Amino acid sequence: MSITTTARALDLLQRAVNSDIYHSFRSSKMVMVAAVVSAVMIIGATFSPILAPHNTLDLASISLIDSLTPPVWMEDGDSRFLLGTDDQGRDMLSAIMHGARVSLFVGFASVLFAMVLGVSLGLISGYAGGFLDSFIMRAAEIQLSFPAILIALLIDGIFRGALDAKTHDELAVYVMILAIGLSFWVQYARTVRSSTLVEKGKEYVEAARVTGLPPFLIVFRHILPNVTGPLLVIATINLALAIITEATLSFLGVGVPPTEPSLGTLIRIGNDFLFSGEWWITIFPGVALAVLVLAVNLLGDWLRDALNPKLR
Amino acid sequence: MTLLKIDDLKVEFPGRLDTFVAVENIHLELEPGEIYGLVGESGAGKSTIGNAVIDLLEPPGRVAEGHIALDGSAIENLPYEKMRAIRGRRIGMIFQDPLTSLNPLYTVEDQLVETIQTHLDLNEVEATARAIELLDQVGIPEPEVRVKHYPHQFSGGMRQRVVIALALCGEPELIVADEPTTALDVSIQAQILDLIRSLCKQRQVGMVIITHDMGVIADITDNVAVMYRGKIVEKGPTTKILSAPEHPYTKSLISAVPRADLRLDRFPMVNYIEGPEPERSDFDVSTHWLGQAQNFGKSTDGTLVRVESLTMKFVTERSIFPSRRKLFTAVDNVSFEIRDGETFGLVGESGSGKSTVARSIAGLYRPVAGSIHFAGGELTAIKDEKELRPYRQQMQMIFQDPFSSLNSRMRVLDIVAEPIRFHKLASSRAEVVEIVEDLLEHVGLGRAAAKRFPHEFSGGQRQRISIARALATRPRFLICDEPTSALDVSIQAQILNLLKDLQDELGLTMLFISHDLPVIRQMCDRVAVMRNGKICEIAETEQLFEAPGHDYTRHLLELMPKLENLSREGLQVADDEAARHSQ
Repeated sequence: MSITTTARALDLLQRAVNSDIYHSFRSSKMVMVAAVVSAVMIIGATFSPILAPHNTLDLASISLIDSLTPPVWMEDGDSRFLLGTDDQGRDMLSAIMHGARVSLFVGFASVLFAMVLGVSLGLISGYAGGFLDSFIMRAAEIQLSFPAILIALLIDGIFRGALDAKTHDELAVYVMILAIGLSFWVQYARTVRSSTLVEKGKEYVEAARVTGLPPFLIVFRHILPNVTGPLLVIATINLALAIITEATLSFLGVGVPPTEPSLGTLIRIGNDFLFSGEWWITIFPGVALAVLVLAVNLLGDWLRDALNPKLR
Repeated sequence: MTLLKIDDLKVEFPGRLDTFVAVENIHLELEPGEIYGLVGESGAGKSTIGNAVIDLLEPPGRVAEGHIALDGSAIENLPYEKMRAIRGRRIGMIFQDPLTSLNPLYTVEDQLVETIQTHLDLNEVEATARAIELLDQVGIPEPEVRVKHYPHQFSGGMRQRVVIALALCGEPELIVADEPTTALDVSIQAQILDLIRSLCKQRQVGMVIITHDMGVIADITDNVAVMYRGKIVEKGPTTKILSAPEHPYTKSLISAVPRADLRLDRFPMVNYIEGPEPERSDFDVSTHWLGQAQNFGKSTDGTLVRVESLTMKFVTERSIFPSRRKLFTAVDNVSFEIRDGETFGLVGESGSGKSTVARSIAGLYRPVAGSIHFAGGELTAIKDEKELRPYRQQMQMIFQDPFSSLNSRMRVLDIVAEPIRFHKLASSRAEVVEIVEDLLEHVGLGRAAAKRFPHEFSGGQRQRISIARALATRPRFLICDEPTSALDVSIQAQILNLLKDLQDELGLTMLFISHDLPVIRQMCDRVAVMRNGKICEIAETEQLFEAPGHDYTRHLLELMPKLENLSREGLQVADDEAARHSQ
């Protein structure tokens, strides 16, 4: 049994190495660099509680004496703080790793939420047609006419009004996910709807109808697997967008609470010190955000081209 | 002087991992005014030769070896600019689909004048006059008026005439026609072939015609080359090849062509192409799951399906006011009966409404008026989907396109098992797997097929999977909507043989839809001829072919490609086999 499993795994590996995707991956240096950078940043952020040199979330461990230490290669640098510290004495490297973790969590979760919502509505819209289709698509178009950030601000505002400050702080991350997710579902819904309209007319769907399958089984068992192709690409590009949206909201001060700073929060805090000479507090989180978003975007663009046989 | 001389041509497509040789060892010679046919099944490389001649090979394809000479001078691997001067001017091209080979945004005049001025030194007025003259020559009535029209204002056949006119613009010496009539109905095909032949003879233009259709070859070509897997296996004068083929592939290709002139029990000798006709398990159907059909609503009068004044309309223009809506009547007051155990044929040209009838019976459309009775129940009166289920289980459908009728994301096992699971026809998982594997073996695919995905199979094999899925509910009634029109002839013959065998074993009743009269003759007991949504005539098959009662039927029969000279060699084998079977 184990021999066949190994053989099958080897076979799978062989097929993966021979595949066109892998070939196109290997032939572009930029994509490989982007993949390595994304991997390093995602791993560093995900395992920040273990990997980070300091625990910036534990207020007892930080000391005001260490505050505003410049990076290690500058005159007053301290070898304990590679990228310097902020006004509270927090190690910037650790803060960035923890912040990236929050940013990535919000990014992934909101993309997932937007995807589930958008795909479901797109499938229903495309398969059912008629009034339901018009209703969902008009709602989507109305939402499209507002900038995504405005929608997110609006939703965040509603929750701020409805919840008291303490509960809101506790739930801030989830409110953020909801707000960003709700502002990004339209793209998925429209893509899935148009693919569903194509798939719906194909004969395998008619074969399922002749068998007598009810609509929800046809939609989820037959149509869904056939419309997922473009979703991965949209999701990768949207991940970068979601991270930026979260950072923007946090920068504006309506995002996650300062006790759990994300990259956007760090940039906002550092912004106050930019003109007093402590540039590292805002520049390093900014660079981290830019590099992360750029790497993920490059991967998304490459994936879109690699999966599209017409562009090859 | 030889017009076109192809000498030892080899075309290859270099890939990342290996180089694919599309054609090799090709020798051809063509005189002015000669029509040369290239015939073979899909993937044989016949289009590749045409594309190599006019230098339209899809990159990275290239002519690796050999020479192509036009009027004595070599034209293979010419620089782009030099080839451009030859293309259109000296070699014209006619493509398969008249829908896509004309630009919908320009009038026919714009397109013709542009092409004429590219190739000939004429001013605007002269070129326009020339365009009108060309349209007249290809048989378009009122050319002065029609020249101002856009492509969508022409019918399919007329559009193909315009495409031919376009190919003639540069007054070429050679025309390459790639499946010029495949997208057209039979009646239009006959006209277009007539036109092509007379133009070639009048203008002394040489023509290479690429087709998979033996009928087209028999109709217009002088010489023919039979292609198989990138090589020419046999070539010579058309009459000789068709009446006395020598190569076994040519023989099997000819014997697989459905005959309009006589009815056979099975298609003979179709083993050359997809390997031998697959072995089918012969288990005793009566004791197997498959044979234990439920006793469901046995009809008393021997009629399984009764369609009464069925009418089906589609909305072409929507409006919230019912009076403003525009409707297209696809099926108009159609009535017929299908007897238990027979194969009932529906034949007609595209747009005649035959598929709509099938889909209405299968429950994919709800008819506007009329009723459909099946096994004693009136389907159109049942509104509840749950009550319809037992009926749905009794009827299954086989679709035209084997590439879109299977869900490419599911394994064959799950595709075939889905109806069994849904209708709860088996008690355990293991039993389902066992039944599916038996079914796959029974349609000639082998048990191992269950674990694979549809894209791993060829068109003919995929159609076998479709058939297995249709059998998985143990139906009594099978609707076949052009089940073989997307397949090559030899595979068509294998699939039709399979359907016939299954019908005999399981006592199936079939509704068989086709636009192909010879196929209808081979398959059906009774036939209905449809035109513009109405039934013209219903008759026993033999009677319909021997003594058609309706003018339109007679018209259709006259348009069938004439294949009288076809070799009967393969059929003798069939007769022998039939004799063996009957002993």
